[in-house]
Amino acid sequence: MSSPSTLATPSRTNSESSEPVFVARGVTKVYHMGEVDVHALRGIDLELAESEFTVLLGPSGSGKSTLLNILGGLDVPTAGEVFYRGGELTAADDRALTQYRRDHVGFVFQFYNLIPSLTARENVALVTEIAPDPLTPEEALELVDLAPRMDHFPSQLSGGEQQRVAIARAIAKRPDVLLCDEPTGALDISTGVVVLEAIERVNRELGTTTAVITHNAAISEMADRVISLADGRIASEKRITEKVGPRDLHW
Amino acid sequence: MRAIHRKLLRDLWNIKGQGLAISMVIAAGVAMFIMYLSTFESLRRTQEAYYQRYRFADVFASLKRAPQWLERRIEQIPGVAAADTRVVVSVTLDVEDLEEPVVGRLISIPERETATLNDVALQQGRYIEPGRPDEVLVSEGFALARGLGPGDSVAAILNGRRRDLDIVGIALSPEYVYNIRPGDILPDEGRFGLFWMGREALATAFDMEGGFNDVAMTLMPRASEDEVISRLDRLLEPYGGLGAYPRELQLSHWYLDSELVALQSVGMIIPIIFLSVAAFLLNVVLTRIISVQREQIAALKALGYSSLEVGLHYTQWSLVISAIGGVIGTLGGGWLGSGMIELYNDYFRFPFLEYRLSSGVAVGAVAISLVAAVLGAFSSVRRAVTLPPAEAMRPEPPASYKPSFVERVGLTRWLSQPARMVLRNLQRTPARALASIIGIAFAAAMLIVGLFFLDAMDELMYVQFFVAQRQDVTVTFVEPRSSNALFEIERLPGVVYAESMRSVPVRLRHGHRSRQVAIMGLAELPRLQRVVNTSLTPVELPPEGLVLTSKLAELLEVVPGDEVTLQVLEGARPTRRATVTDLVDEYMGMSAYMEAGALHRLMREGGNLSGAFVQVDPAHAEELYRRLKLIPAVAGVALKSAALDAFNKTMDESFGIMIFFNVMFAGIIAFGVVYNAARISLSERSRELASLRVLGLTRGEISFILLGELASVTLLAVPVGLAVGYGLAALTVTAYDTEVYRFPLVVSARTYGFSALTVLVAAVISGLVVRRRLDHLDLVEVLKTKE
Repeated sequence: MSSPSTLATPSRTNSESSEPVFVARGVTKVYHMGEVDVHALRGIDLELAESEFTVLLGPSGSGKSTLLNILGGLDVPTAGEVFYRGGELTAADDRALTQYRRDHVGFVFQFYNLIPSLTARENVALVTEIAPDPLTPEEALELVDLAPRMDHFPSQLSGGEQQRVAIARAIAKRPDVLLCDEPTGALDISTGVVVLEAIERVNRELGTTTAVITHNAAISEMADRVISLADGRIASEKRITEKVGPRDLHW
Repeated sequence: MRAIHRKLLRDLWNIKGQGLAISMVIAAGVAMFIMYLSTFESLRRTQEAYYQRYRFADVFASLKRAPQWLERRIEQIPGVAAADTRVVVSVTLDVEDLEEPVVGRLISIPERETATLNDVALQQGRYIEPGRPDEVLVSEGFALARGLGPGDSVAAILNGRRRDLDIVGIALSPEYVYNIRPGDILPDEGRFGLFWMGREALATAFDMEGGFNDVAMTLMPRASEDEVISRLDRLLEPYGGLGAYPRELQLSHWYLDSELVALQSVGMIIPIIFLSVAAFLLNVVLTRIISVQREQIAALKALGYSSLEVGLHYTQWSLVISAIGGVIGTLGGGWLGSGMIELYNDYFRFPFLEYRLSSGVAVGAVAISLVAAVLGAFSSVRRAVTLPPAEAMRPEPPASYKPSFVERVGLTRWLSQPARMVLRNLQRTPARALASIIGIAFAAAMLIVGLFFLDAMDELMYVQFFVAQRQDVTVTFVEPRSSNALFEIERLPGVVYAESMRSVPVRLRHGHRSRQVAIMGLAELPRLQRVVNTSLTPVELPPEGLVLTSKLAELLEVVPGDEVTLQVLEGARPTRRATVTDLVDEYMGMSAYMEAGALHRLMREGGNLSGAFVQVDPAHAEELYRRLKLIPAVAGVALKSAALDAFNKTMDESFGIMIFFNVMFAGIIAFGVVYNAARISLSERSRELASLRVLGLTRGEISFILLGELASVTLLAVPVGLAVGYGLAALTVTAYDTEVYRFPLVVSARTYGFSALTVLVAAVISGLVVRRRLDHLDLVEVLKTKE
């Protein structure tokens, strides 16, 4: 077991190994909301493999966002262990987790979370300026077909475009993992498809380990693996053998 | 430029109105800091240079008359570096355009120009020439006030003989930087003329040939001042020495130093108040911004920005706002300081007075503005830093409302729906309402701090000139006279009533502490010159013992019941003991009083008097003054009306401008705070208000909800502000507690009213600005953005 400090070292070199990228053991999360304890996760065991496209499926309140936040180093579990490439995330301190996010993780959120006072290009630059080996903002925006709208502010972009900026921002650091929380949750079908295509393309072309949260079962057909959560537990898990492109999904 | 810095600049631009309002508050504080402290430093530097260049003495002494050979003995006192002996006499001047006699002081200078202690700095004309006994140099203040210059002459009564003094030059001296006639409250340069005259000519006129009556000396480094003074006193005692005193007690220096001390402490206190308000405002604004940008903070953290970087980013908001204020304040303060020093130049006379803003003061100003920025940012930025990224992704839980207190006590049916919203909102966010109340209260308080000086001055003037001094004229004699002198005064034309005054110069000692004062012997309950407490009650002088002003008692470390030693500095110079029986709080100077009979007994003398307080019939005043000019025994005639004029003039010229700036800056604060409170409410409520508009409420109705809240907060804040203002005024009064004067803590209804009104006007203007914005609320845009 490696020490948390190894979280900071890029591990792209062992990307060919069969060792899973994430290993979670007995992950439990309890929120204290006033006098009530909310059990968001009740003992999750999970492994995510290199370059795998995983969909986490479940109704709201099933704990999928909490799980994603823990994998991404945004949150820490109440109990259990999480390993990223052998380094124990659950033992890492705030500084190590920040470094982990900075070097390895790309996030895409349901509500994009763009900085409204920065243009598309500058939103991406926010990341490329602190990442060790980034794409240029222009390259990243090119990957999501947004090059022509680089100098627009978020308020001048449609929802789908904003989400693609968010994806560009997430992938610009060449992350090892891409974590997407309901990326199409706020979008209509046709816009959602464009966004999913962007995610799929990143997974395919850059080999980025990808986890997408959704409550829309249709999306699961484009994944390698679908994990269904219910009430803080893994309800079922299945491998998709016949992956379907985003355009052919049945919403 | 990094993207995060672009974000900083664009976000700041977005709140430029509020940001600038805070910058201006900081600028005001910094400007005052610079103005006061750079003036202080410039004056201090000038004072030191002046003293050094013109050899201002360390120890001074006056005496009746000593033979010239004593000078050698004085020079031989261990520790004395140099000693000069002089002849200094007071005379009555006959100034053509003035009815009343004017006091002149003649100071001897060498016939041929040589370096002396307390040297004259020739400003215009030439030095006197040997063999021309009527040639004199005149002090600049008197020359300016009386329109005199080289070639003019002034009539003086020298030893009973009228003589014309020919002015050949205008001069200054470090001994008379502050040109005040002993016993006066404020200088009246037109009524106190200094003349430097050749030693021989002056000695001849006053039978002082081969002698002197004044000594000035400088000391070696590390010489014991006390030791030298006591040796000098022993030497001069047989010659009618009036007691040597150190530079600290030299009148001009004493006033100058008091002013400098006050300038320095005010220069610290007022900016601290301003910057505290600014820090508070920064905190309110940043807290609001950080809560609005919760999700952006979360995104930054998720993207890999560390807590430190995020904290730094939000601290930079505050630093940029402060830096802008710091720059404006430094420039403004430098400009104000150079203006302020001109004011000082009018009543402190220096041959050169150069304004300089030292890098030390400038760096200090920048430092305190940055400290304000960091303090202001601290608690709100800490929230941003500790905000867990996952937590921040979730929107803030919806606010919990409940029926307001007013509704719960059953007044609901009296309230419209919008009024209920105002009340509930105030009650829901008591912390924010409280923050606004505190901010606006501070604005009102600052106005009071600025304005109450006027009240204090009025009170001071009222107490001094109308409650305590009810005489029109104070006549002082060259030497104490017998009680017959009072009858002679009473018989003069125009005298309605006269009261005797006995003034005995003494050195009061208690333990190792001592102070030279004149004990004023007055009737038990005098009709004219009264001893009046700060509570305006006349003090009855006890049949025995001393009554001291509290400040003097504080300096001597005595309390009623303590015994002090009195070394009398006139006549047979006895040493006596007296008990302090009472203390009196007075605003000006340091005095000691005794019932006249008790003082006579202490002095073992008859009913001697040193002068008289006179009530004058205005119809015959002219004639009285003409007669007084001709009486050789009269050393001085002080007119209350003249003192009052001088007081008002000083008030208008110096304090007027200072008060103007204080009030202007307080106005900036008032507007800054109220405008900020309004803008924050607007930004927090715009979505809710837009929703209401969509539901069909009119612009007037939604304005009522927001402006009603602002109005309630303002109305609650005003009384709090008036109370806080009184407290801050009390704090400022302590800064002005010098030996020369204390400020009464008086805040008039006018001041309260004006302060409240200014805040209300600021609130109305801010309300109108907000109202304009509400009218242009883009419903679609506001509702589209996700909360």
